[in-house]
Amino acid sequence: MQTDARTAEYVRHILSETGAPVVVFDHVQLAFDEKVVLKDVTFSLIKGHTKIILGASGSGKSTALKILVGLLRADAGVVWVNGQRVDQLAEGQLMAVRNDLGMIFQEGALFDSLTVRENVGYKLYEETTMPLEEVGKRVEEVLGFIDLAEHIDKMPSELSGGQRRRVAIARAMAFKPSIMLYDEATTGLDPITATTVDDEMIKLRDLENVSSLIVTHQLRDAFYVATHMAVRDAQGHVQIQPATPEKERETEFIMLRDGLIIFEGDAASLRRSTDPYIVNFLS
Amino acid sequence: MPLLIRWLKSAAQEVQEYASLTCATFTGAFSRPFYRHDVVEQFDLIGVGSLTVVLLSGLFTGMALASQSGLTLDQFGARPVVGRLVSASMIKELGPVLTALMLTGRIGSGIAAEIGSMVVGDQINALRALGTDPVRKLVVPRMLAGFIMAPVLTVISDFIGILGGWVVARYQLQVNSSLYWASVTKGLYMHDVWMGLSKPFVFGFLIVTIACHVGLRTSGGTAGVGKATTLSVVAGSVAVIAADFFVTQIFIGFIF
Repeated sequence: MQTDARTAEYVRHILSETGAPVVVFDHVQLAFDEKVVLKDVTFSLIKGHTKIILGASGSGKSTALKILVGLLRADAGVVWVNGQRVDQLAEGQLMAVRNDLGMIFQEGALFDSLTVRENVGYKLYEETTMPLEEVGKRVEEVLGFIDLAEHIDKMPSELSGGQRRRVAIARAMAFKPSIMLYDEATTGLDPITATTVDDEMIKLRDLENVSSLIVTHQLRDAFYVATHMAVRDAQGHVQIQPATPEKERETEFIMLRDGLIIFEGDAASLRRSTDPYIVNFLS
Repeated sequence: MPLLIRWLKSAAQEVQEYASLTCATFTGAFSRPFYRHDVVEQFDLIGVGSLTVVLLSGLFTGMALASQSGLTLDQFGARPVVGRLVSASMIKELGPVLTALMLTGRIGSGIAAEIGSMVVGDQINALRALGTDPVRKLVVPRMLAGFIMAPVLTVISDFIGILGGWVVARYQLQVNSSLYWASVTKGLYMHDVWMGLSKPFVFGFLIVTIACHVGLRTSGGTAGVGKATTLSVVAGSVAVIAADFFVTQIFIGFIF
C-alpha cells in the first residue's frame, strides 16, 4: 500500500515537470476479426502540446482515441495516460482515468433529451458531489468561454452543427480535464463554422494549458490549429493570431496509413515530405 | 454447415451478452452509484404513460370475453356464471399476458429505439467517456420500472376487464349484477391470484432487459435502429408467451 502511494507520488512528480509525456502509445495493435485496424502504433503526447493524427477514412485514427479512453481494448501493446496503464484497467477503474480526459465525438454526441445547460454540466451534476449552484456557475463560465451563453436553455436540436460541436467542447472541458481528445470535431462543417471550432481548440490549448490529441482528415483545420495561437490582451479579450515558431513546434503531426505511422513531425516537415502518399494526401 | 455453425455461434454470443447484461443490471440495482432521478422518471414513463393503453385493452378484452362466453354458456344454461369465467381468465391468463404484450409494443419498442439511437449517435460512448456506466444509468432504472409497474398495470387491467365483463353481462346478457359479482369472487382461488400476480414480475423484467439488450447491440445507423425496434417487439412478445407457459407449469407443479 505504501509502495503504491510512493509510486503515485513519483508519477505525479514526473508529470508535473515540463516535457513529461501525458499519453504514451507503445506498439499498440488491434484487429476486428480479420481486419487489422492498428498494426503497430507508437507515439507519445507531451504535456501542454498538441498532436494531430491525420489519415484517410478507415486508417485507424478514431480507433486510437477510443483505445486511449478505454472504449476499445487493444489486442497488444501498452497505453499510458497520466502515468496509469489503461490497457489493463477494468471499466470501473477506467472511470478515474476518464476524469482527466475530455473527448469530443464526431457530430458532438450531445444528449438529445437534455438542454445545453444539462449537457454541459452532465458530469458535474451526475458524477460529482459539487453543489448545484457551483455547477450552474461553472456551466455559465464554460459557455461564456465558447461564446454560447445565450443558448444555455436550448435543446441540442435547436442548435446549428457548429454550435453543437462547440457545446460538445464545453461539455468536455466543464470538469477541467488536462487532456482533450478531438475525434473529427470539424468534419462536415463549412470552413467558417469549422474555424470557430478550431479557435476553441486553440483557446483551450493556449489559455487553459490543455494537452490535445486531434484526429482529423481536414487538412485546413489541422494546419490552422498548428499555425495559430491564442493570446489574451490587456483588456482580457482573446485574440487568435499566427503562432510563433516556438509555439508551432509544440504541435506535431502523425500520418496513419493502414494501421501504421508513416510520418511523425511538425507542420514544416510534413509540408516538405516527399513520400508519394503524403504528397498526394496533402494535395 | 458453416452457415449453421455461424448461426449457432451468433446465437450463443447473443445469449452470453444478454446474461452478462442481466448480471450487470442486478449488480447495478444493489450498488452505487444509483441514479434516483432516472428511476422516478422511468416509473412515470413506463407506469403512468402506459395506463391508457392498458385500460383500453383490459376493458375491451373483458367485454369481448363476457360476450363470447355468454354465447357458449347459454348452450348449457349457465349464463349466470359468466363472471366466474371472466375473472378466472382475466386474472390467471389474459390480464398478465395482454398487459405484457401491450407493454412490449409500447415500452419495449421505445426503449430499443431510444438506446439504439444513442448507440449509433455515439451518445453511449460519450456517457462512458464522461465516467457514467450506461447499464446503471439506462438499464437499471428501466428494469426497476418494468419490474414494479408491470404487476401494478396488470392488476388495473384485471379490474377493468372484469368491470367491462360486468357491463356486457348486465346490459347485453341481462345477468343480475349481484349474481355477476358473486360469481366473480366464487370462481377465484388464492393460487390463481398468486399466479396472476407473479407472472407480470417475470414479464416486466423480460420485456425491459430484452429491449435494453437489443438497443445496446444496435449497429448500422438509422436502419439498424429500425431493425432493433422490430426485433425488440418480436423477441419480447415471444419471450412473454414462452415465459407464460413456463411460469404456469411451475405453478401447476407446485400447487396441484
